[in-house]
Amino acid sequence: MELDPVMLARIQFAFTVSFHIIFPAFTIGLSAFITVLLLLWLRSGEEKFHRLARFWTKIFAVSFAMGVVSGIVLSYQFGTNWSRFSEFTGNVIGPLIGYEVLTAFYLEATFLGILLFGWNRFPPWLITLAAALVAIGTATSAFWILAANSWMQTPAGHEIRNGVAFPLSWLEIIFNPSFPYRLAHMLNAAYLTTAVVVLAVGARYLLAGRHPEESRTMLRMAVGMIAVTAPLQLVIGDMHGLNTLKHQPAKVAAMEGHWDGSKAGALVLFGIPDEKALKNHYEIAVPNAGSLILTHSWDGKYPGLTSFPENDRPPVSNVFFAFRIMVGIGMLLIAVGFWGLFLWWRGRLFDNQFFLKSVSYMWSLGFIAILAGWFVTEQGRQPWVVQGLMRTADASSPVPGASVASTLALFVLIYGIVFSMGIYYINRLIHAGPKGEATAAPEGLPNRPLSAAEEAAREATGRQPGTGPGFSLGTSKE
Amino acid sequence: MEEYLPLIWAALIGTAVAMYVILDGFDLGIGILFPFVRKEEERDVMMNSVAPFWDGNETWLVLGGGGLWVAFPTAYAVIMPAFYLPVLGMLLALVLRGVSFEFRWVAKPSHLMWDVAFAGGSIVAAFLQGTILGGLLQGVEVVNRQYAGGPFDWLTPFSIFVGLAVVAGYALLGATWLVMRTHGPAQEFGRRAAIPLLMAVLGGMAIVSLWTPLTIDRIAARWFSQPNIFFLWPIPLVTALVGFLVFRWLQRGNEAKPFFGSVALFLLGYLGLMISTAPYLVPPHLTFWDTAAAPSSQLFLLAGTVFLLPLILGYTAFVYWMFRGKIRPGEGYH
Repeated sequence: MELDPVMLARIQFAFTVSFHIIFPAFTIGLSAFITVLLLLWLRSGEEKFHRLARFWTKIFAVSFAMGVVSGIVLSYQFGTNWSRFSEFTGNVIGPLIGYEVLTAFYLEATFLGILLFGWNRFPPWLITLAAALVAIGTATSAFWILAANSWMQTPAGHEIRNGVAFPLSWLEIIFNPSFPYRLAHMLNAAYLTTAVVVLAVGARYLLAGRHPEESRTMLRMAVGMIAVTAPLQLVIGDMHGLNTLKHQPAKVAAMEGHWDGSKAGALVLFGIPDEKALKNHYEIAVPNAGSLILTHSWDGKYPGLTSFPENDRPPVSNVFFAFRIMVGIGMLLIAVGFWGLFLWWRGRLFDNQFFLKSVSYMWSLGFIAILAGWFVTEQGRQPWVVQGLMRTADASSPVPGASVASTLALFVLIYGIVFSMGIYYINRLIHAGPKGEATAAPEGLPNRPLSAAEEAAREATGRQPGTGPGFSLGTSKE
Repeated sequence: MEEYLPLIWAALIGTAVAMYVILDGFDLGIGILFPFVRKEEERDVMMNSVAPFWDGNETWLVLGGGGLWVAFPTAYAVIMPAFYLPVLGMLLALVLRGVSFEFRWVAKPSHLMWDVAFAGGSIVAAFLQGTILGGLLQGVEVVNRQYAGGPFDWLTPFSIFVGLAVVAGYALLGATWLVMRTHGPAQEFGRRAAIPLLMAVLGGMAIVSLWTPLTIDRIAARWFSQPNIFFLWPIPLVTALVGFLVFRWLQRGNEAKPFFGSVALFLLGYLGLMISTAPYLVPPHLTFWDTAAAPSSQLFLLAGTVFLLPLILGYTAFVYWMFRGKIRPGEGYH
């Protein structure tokens, strides 16, 4: 069997980028959460905020480490797997990535060190400032990456000369038509996802009767955050969808399972799209509701899949199902937000066992929704890698399939080991819970973000490494 | 201005790569030396001596790779597929080795697996970096501005030799780092290891200096044609002199000088390679100018780099200053 290098390269990139996105999504939200906790601590002086901030900082350190190592790989994969894409877009996307490294990467790395190692060394306001700068750094990173990705979805501000894209207006390139919606959707997703994790952890402690004071704070903050961000995500998502309909109608047709553009669109709740028969099997649909949502009129028309030549259609089933997973989780989280608000109003938030039990299992939902959302937007853009300008099939590197397949196998193996260990340590950290007294920070200084992960994980596993002679490293001359 | 932009960017990326090679070189060197130390306490000291720096050091790799894409997209689009297997292999080795810094402590006392990952990852990453360098020196097959060779073109006796030389070179940086930054058995080990490694590195540099002009005409022409040879002859001489000085310093028991001497050896070697290949970014087909990004793209990022790069350099220097001095047993970092 001949290995198809393009398909293998897509699988490899999908695998590495999917693994990667989980961690930035979490660290964007978590750094903002930690900043809020520290601000509350500064204002109120209540110890519980301090304990919570330190607890979540340890989990942040482990997640950040995995985001970093998986991110370095991506910056080279553009070239190894997509060299023709790199050359075609280098003038336009390259500088955006360059600015991400210079503005976000270094900002994060610098102030993360103070956040992780400065507790016993610097005043609280400096720690808080560092946390805020890390949160800004992670969001800035998202800004540049999403600008680059959005340009691939809705290219603007460029011209094509000799088969290569050239910049005309940097403002139009960065603030291309889909960028504001994508940025808002992704940042809000990161905050929502993190709130769901915080909620699940708080519920887990309450059910076990541990850390009651911290758990209540976590529950209140998480429910409040979900009650705002989950409905907001629906609004942003709707606006994002209308923007997509304008610029990438084939993607919307696949999301909706809408085949015939001459008829009003139904809202397909369930179905199995059949790309040969050009229809959905076992369809359960609300007639005309699709038109109502997308065109805001009862029998408004919008393009169906058959409006596009067969070789311009995205893979329908993947986009269709991924979209339903994302929206389904989104609806569930809206319900969780209102359910939590209702219980809070009735004064039952902390002792309704059914609620606590339910949400304690939900920690992964946000991540699944984020992955599903990216599957929708990336597969929905196919067969294009840059919408309307370059097809994915023309973007790959001149590399044989066997090379891609063998490195893919190595990625699966090594990422499998490294990330399962990392997630194991995070789980142990959550199990250990917030510590009552401030543990002594290592005698470290900034720029050693990963070692806090180590300290944290050691605390989680309850093991102390040997402290015999020759073990440790000093920072001062004697 | 426009014709100088590619040169400015070549200098910036050259600086990033040099920073990477020297900074990550010594911490990869620690990993390379790991298997030659049996005692757990000594391994702890060795790893601790680079722990605060390694991830900052590796950021220069991202800047080098990202910078290449920004400033010379065609070179990036040719080099990455040409060295597909060694580049991805190197990155995977760096992932394994990077997490070992953390997982090794957590896993104690059953940390053997992460000792192996740390040493293996460091050795593989260093070796593959060397083969990429060797393969690049030999030249890359390019047709229509695209890579036109096979998946193993980079794998030649010469590139394997350069790979081994880079492993020895990083190990020398690691060993002299230990001499500078540690006491007792670890320092003693560094001093003992540094002498044969120095010999291997000088031998490697001499062989590469002969091998490349003998087999590659353009490199012979660059060095031995007139008037170039009148300007270039001091370079090998200075290299030999620095090598001799490092040897003397090691014998005399100097602590910091051998490390900085080894850095100087690296920079001299780097200078030699630049002289051999400039102005080619992808020898023997594509120059800085052939592969440069659009001037407005290069200018757009340069505007930010002018402010941000000094900030980054200042921060890096600050951290090294804060961590100055010897690592003493019993002092707690971990």
